[in-house]
Amino acid sequence: MISIKNLHKSYQMGASSLHVLKGIDFHVEEGELVAIMGSSGSGKSTLLNILGMLDTADEGQYILDNVEIKDLDETKAAKYRNKFLGFVFQSFNLINYKNAAENVSLPLYYQGISRKERQQVALEYLDRVGLKEWATHLPSELSGGQKQRVAIARAMASRPKVLLADEPTGALDTKTSYEVMDLIQKINEEGKTILVVTHEPDIAQMCKRVVTLKDGVIVEDKKVKQVMASAHV
Amino acid sequence: MTNLKIIFDRDTWQEIFGSIRKNKIRTIITVIGVLWGIFIYITLSGSAKGLDNGFERAFKNIAKNSMGFWAQRTSVPFAGFKIGRNPELRLSDARLLKDRIGGIEFIAPRNSRGVFGGTPPLVVNNNKSGNYPLYGDYPSYAKITTKKIYNGGRFINDQDVKYQRKVCVIGERAEKELFEKGENPVGQYIKINDIYFQVIGVHKFIPGGGFESEGDIFIPFSTYNKMYNRGDRVDFFFLAAYDDQDPVAIEEEVLFNLKRIHKVSPLDERAFGSFNIGEIFQRIIGFARGMTFLSLVVGVATIIAGVIGIGNILLISVKERTKELGVRRALGATPSEIRSQILLESVFLTIVAGICGIILAAFVLAGINAATLNLEDFPYTNPTVPLSYIFGALFIMVSLGTLIGLIPAQRAVSIKPIDALREE
Repeated sequence: MISIKNLHKSYQMGASSLHVLKGIDFHVEEGELVAIMGSSGSGKSTLLNILGMLDTADEGQYILDNVEIKDLDETKAAKYRNKFLGFVFQSFNLINYKNAAENVSLPLYYQGISRKERQQVALEYLDRVGLKEWATHLPSELSGGQKQRVAIARAMASRPKVLLADEPTGALDTKTSYEVMDLIQKINEEGKTILVVTHEPDIAQMCKRVVTLKDGVIVEDKKVKQVMASAHV
Repeated sequence: MTNLKIIFDRDTWQEIFGSIRKNKIRTIITVIGVLWGIFIYITLSGSAKGLDNGFERAFKNIAKNSMGFWAQRTSVPFAGFKIGRNPELRLSDARLLKDRIGGIEFIAPRNSRGVFGGTPPLVVNNNKSGNYPLYGDYPSYAKITTKKIYNGGRFINDQDVKYQRKVCVIGERAEKELFEKGENPVGQYIKINDIYFQVIGVHKFIPGGGFESEGDIFIPFSTYNKMYNRGDRVDFFFLAAYDDQDPVAIEEEVLFNLKRIHKVSPLDERAFGSFNIGEIFQRIIGFARGMTFLSLVVGVATIIAGVIGIGNILLISVKERTKELGVRRALGATPSEIRSQILLESVFLTIVAGICGIILAAFVLAGINAATLNLEDFPYTNPTVPLSYIFGALFIMVSLGTLIGLIPAQRAVSIKPIDALREE
């Protein structure tokens, strides 16, 4: 599903250059649930941003679902993001003046799907994350866990190939974190490829594979015995 | 490409209303800026037009390019004559002027008593009497200034002049003072300088026509000259040029000809006096035009300021919404979709503000109109703004709204989604 070869990325910090990713080789099969771990500054967020086409690599090859991602202009990147990827952010990033259903239907709006269908699909996905009754509530009326579930529903609504989660539990307490991970595991069980960036070992243990980054290189890549989040809830 | 589709898409408007609703105060303040601009513009140009119409009305009773001439004393020796001579205008001058100057439409020789010199004659009706300025006039005088005649009466006609009839047109004041209330003076006889005259009409005094008063009595020119033994001498020429003539040029031509006829030096500035309503009128029209132009400049400048305000506030709004725009981008919004959204917001706000401003200004103008409706002395009538001005203003607003909107729109697009999302 995802194939990365020899990925390099540097940031220009004034006069000096910061080499963040120093040759990453990385492959993800369809249906995997991968945790990307690493301390802050290890390059894990940069990697995710490049995977999410929010940022471009300086060097290397990136193939997503047999499509080589290169020479992206903003319009093309937007189309790919919309078609291939779903994002879940640490701070949820819901649009605060839109209710839950409107937030979920936003990626569909950019796909040009009709209003009626958007509404229907949004309700369907809200139902899947258990928030159908909250469809007309604004983000400010939802708890952190609920917000993240709405964000996950939004990420799923466009039926992406890959779900990218950047510290999805970073802003949540342990119990809510496990609820969210339970949801992520369920979605993964249905066959969706998911990448989770986290620095919490217990969250990483709930994935099927853990990739550890340190100073811009992969230092460890192992399959783990998945801990089911539902056991903790 | 899809830009036109976006405008007619209900979802686009839902997005725009969503973000407008989210920032109510900002939106209202912005809208007020432009609203004020167009309001000032429409009110000012409407008022300028009202003033224009008002002057137009003030001058409607007198030919707009009319002027008057009289003889004074020479101040330059010429052709053997010393200075200090008093040239005298003659009836034949009128014919000569009319023949020589093609631009003259009407020329009315006048004599008068009790206005510039002499004592006004005593006018008697039975036991009532009074002194009133007396004019000897030709019928053409009524063509230069409008004379409203009451009670089925008439003004002096050619036959009156030809037969030196003893008829007179009296003013409202003379009617009031010489006749009983409700009595019809037309057909009755009054004594002017001990000579009986039949009253043939009562004229309504209309202000703004120069030096006349509401007591004036008009009699045929020939009768006047016979009565006062004036031969063919004339005190005063009143004339109107055709509408397309330049009044200043006509005035110069008349003065030039009068000087030639009366053997006065062409350089003599004092031998003949003149006044030129046409010139005054032109000046007033120029003033009104200046007002219109000023209101245009002020209005357009205010509109521009207002629209720049919209751009400014949208710029702040884009900054505030950096994260939201980043999320939208991450969810698949293309730069052109973001750009159209911001642009449409700008244009939409501008148009709404503009229309509100126009409506408000229309109410204010209607109010001013109602308040000044019966003020005869105040030169202000029917303040209107041509539709072309309004559409022009709307067009300017939409184009400016688009242009100004481009700045925040471009800024919104230039923000990389990754930077937007990183901002915590």
